[in-house]
Amino acid sequence: MTTITPYRSGQRPGPDGFAQLLHAEWTKFRTVRGWVIGMIVAVVAAAGIGLLGTGTSTSSCQRAGGQAGSGPVSGQAASGTACSSLTFTLGPGGEPVSDSFYFVRQPLTGDGSITVRVTSLTGLLPSQDPNGPPTPTRPGLEPWAKTGIIIKQDTRQGSPYAAIMVAAGHGVRMQWNYTADTPGMPGAVGPASPRWLRLTRAGDVITGYDSADGAHWTQVGAVTLSGLPATVPGGLFTASPDDDQESQNFGGGVNGGGGPTQATAVFDHVTAPGGSWAGGYVGYPEIPGAGAYHQAGGRFTVTGQGDVAPIPAGHGGPADAAATLTGYLLGTFVGLIALAVVATMFMTAEYRRNLIRVTLAANPRRGRTLAAKAIVIGAVSFVAGLVAAAVAVLAGTAVTHARGYYEFPVPTSTVVRVIIGTAALAAVSAVLALAVGTIVRRSATAVAIAIVMIAGPYFLAVAAVVPLGAADWLLRVTPAAGFALQGPYPQYPQVTAIYSALSGYFPLAPWAGLAVLCGWAAAALALAAYLLRRRDS
Amino acid sequence: MEATIEVAGLRKRFGSAQALDGMSFTVLPGQVTGFVGPNGAGKSTTMRIILGLDAADEGTAFIGGLPYRTLRHPLSHVGALLDAAALQPSRSARNHLLWLAHSQGLGGQRADQVLELTGLASVAKRKAGGYSLGMRQRLGIAAALLGDPPVIMMDEPFNGMDPEGIIWMRGFLKSLAAEGRAVLVSSHLMSELQDSADHLLVVGRGQVIADTSVAALIEAASGERVELRTTARTGAMTVLAHAGATVAATAPDRLTVSGLSAEKTVAALTDGHVPFAEVAAHRASLEEAYMELTRDAVEFRAGGADDAPDGTLRGGYSARPSGDAQRAGGGQR
Repeated sequence: MTTITPYRSGQRPGPDGFAQLLHAEWTKFRTVRGWVIGMIVAVVAAAGIGLLGTGTSTSSCQRAGGQAGSGPVSGQAASGTACSSLTFTLGPGGEPVSDSFYFVRQPLTGDGSITVRVTSLTGLLPSQDPNGPPTPTRPGLEPWAKTGIIIKQDTRQGSPYAAIMVAAGHGVRMQWNYTADTPGMPGAVGPASPRWLRLTRAGDVITGYDSADGAHWTQVGAVTLSGLPATVPGGLFTASPDDDQESQNFGGGVNGGGGPTQATAVFDHVTAPGGSWAGGYVGYPEIPGAGAYHQAGGRFTVTGQGDVAPIPAGHGGPADAAATLTGYLLGTFVGLIALAVVATMFMTAEYRRNLIRVTLAANPRRGRTLAAKAIVIGAVSFVAGLVAAAVAVLAGTAVTHARGYYEFPVPTSTVVRVIIGTAALAAVSAVLALAVGTIVRRSATAVAIAIVMIAGPYFLAVAAVVPLGAADWLLRVTPAAGFALQGPYPQYPQVTAIYSALSGYFPLAPWAGLAVLCGWAAAALALAAYLLRRRDS
Repeated sequence: MEATIEVAGLRKRFGSAQALDGMSFTVLPGQVTGFVGPNGAGKSTTMRIILGLDAADEGTAFIGGLPYRTLRHPLSHVGALLDAAALQPSRSARNHLLWLAHSQGLGGQRADQVLELTGLASVAKRKAGGYSLGMRQRLGIAAALLGDPPVIMMDEPFNGMDPEGIIWMRGFLKSLAAEGRAVLVSSHLMSELQDSADHLLVVGRGQVIADTSVAALIEAASGERVELRTTARTGAMTVLAHAGATVAATAPDRLTVSGLSAEKTVAALTDGHVPFAEVAAHRASLEEAYMELTRDAVEFRAGGADDAPDGTLRGGYSARPSGDAQRAGGGQR
């Protein structure tokens, strides 16, 4: 027998690194034209459908302009046909705000405090007769009708403020700078249950207190309004927001309705540093002339309309017709469907042809192979999501401006967060789809499951196929919770509105939504890794 | 590290079917080892277990002394072709090899080398889905050679190949073995291995029935039978029977002698002064030998000794044949 020299491999492979696996999976991805095209389709769909949506806002803008009547009514309302002349009042945080109320004020210099007792809050609601007068005539209170003490940087709309107040249906509140709201003593105000309120300035710090008897005081909140001038207007105020009769029907659709309301508060035991009182509107009443105050002895009666609060997107006045970030990104779920198909196939195609055996023979460590695949498809999807969202937002904004429509303002930081959030949504959804593909192995079944999991609940919620409560639930617990990453606007408990996904409101905070989606992806990935290790290939 | 495949006592059950029932063998470097047996004998399952794709219920499979799943850069240890259809059809042949090369830390030029080696360079940019089965086999071989491994394992590589391809493949396998590689090639047709295999692992029912060199197998199947012609039939039969042979008359002037080598037959006849002519050792074809072995295995199974302890059977094999055919299976029992 001849002696045999065993063969030695002439190939000197590089280091045994994870980078090679990533390189291999990336090569796999980019060399299948169908997948690359699928990703491009996903980007185009996600960006393009939003642009179509921007186009349709033409009609709603013009309709809104028409409703507002002719001639400049106010800085906040429409001026006939030119939508672009519509502007929002922006609060200190850059968010659109309502800032209209009747203000009985005096100049306050330096530190000091105002104390009042509110003995009554009554109001008028819109007539329920459609042919009735435009002015509120029906006795009743809007739950967020509010009255109390306010200290404001100046009387311009949108300027910083802090206020202690009692709201018709929500007890004592301390609110400041439009978005912030802290509850104090609960219960309605009335002759039998008066509310004592006090607002104190010490430097930049404004502190609010409440009391049932004027002897025992409780601090409700303290807030720093930095850069407050030495002399600021301060005093009594009353506001009463529009009655919002909107309700979402089962099966979709929103019923409109409502109209202006007004409230009248009675104060006594008013203690203020001094100076003379002057009454007037900040902003404008909805019904011209619908605001007044009377002073008789120590007793003040203040009547007002309007609200001091943020404006939710899609609700009330110009916000109804404004192009929104949410509208630009409406195509996201269609893009996610295309992306889920590609991401699922990235794995199931291997099973279909038994290519998985070649893959696992080349890299016997299953967990690393799955991780490499997940990272590659996740990274590709992240970039796709980033491009799609950036194009959708930039192009949407450009179209909105070019056509002279108006846009619901959001801070730039929010725009950036939404674009990156969309990319993250795409990436984690793709990883989830890949994991589903690994678990299920059959392309058609896996694709169907992935789509139903990711886009299904969102579609049901947004198309209002299910009632609001169920939609809320779907967007909390399913992978579609990740859509919260696209939620551009915070929800405000102090503003009555329907916060639906269609207008860009999600039940979870962006990062909570991401956490839910990541939880799904991680669980699916863990099961996929377990099966990949245990199963014969 | 010795370039071998070592399989010991593999058992694997798929549902009610016992796919492997004590599969044990060693594949040594420098030769082409044919892995033959009827369909369903457990060849592919064994190969999948060697590659760590399937988990054995019992037993071990090692490449150069290590379980496959512990190998780093496994393609530079073993190159395997399990299924030529395991391709993404829309990916080009070169790109198929490219991702595989990248997974081992190799570059694109190695992919080009193996394409050249397997004669696919001119069609490398075409989608693999458009390849004929023969071309896919070549692509699979190219993939197996990527890491230039000392161990090569192929499942039915002759499938779908035209006669020219089969001839190329035989030469190719031999050249790989001549370089000192251990080459394991499965086939359900012995004729495909006729001119390429040096060593044979004959399997049936999830076990090795014979672990033998090709030469020894043929010798065993030939059964040391000698055919001769003689005019003195009675005299010859008497003399040969005395010498210990079993003699059968096949024609008035023809005898078949078994139990005695050709040399001893000639000597006995010469000593007994019996005239004879045309003494010839009977040579079985590889196919015949194989058929005989697998038939034995089937008969043995039909005998109902299914539950015989596996150990006794495995004990019947030596790791290497000593030159004689290992008539395992039915023969051992």
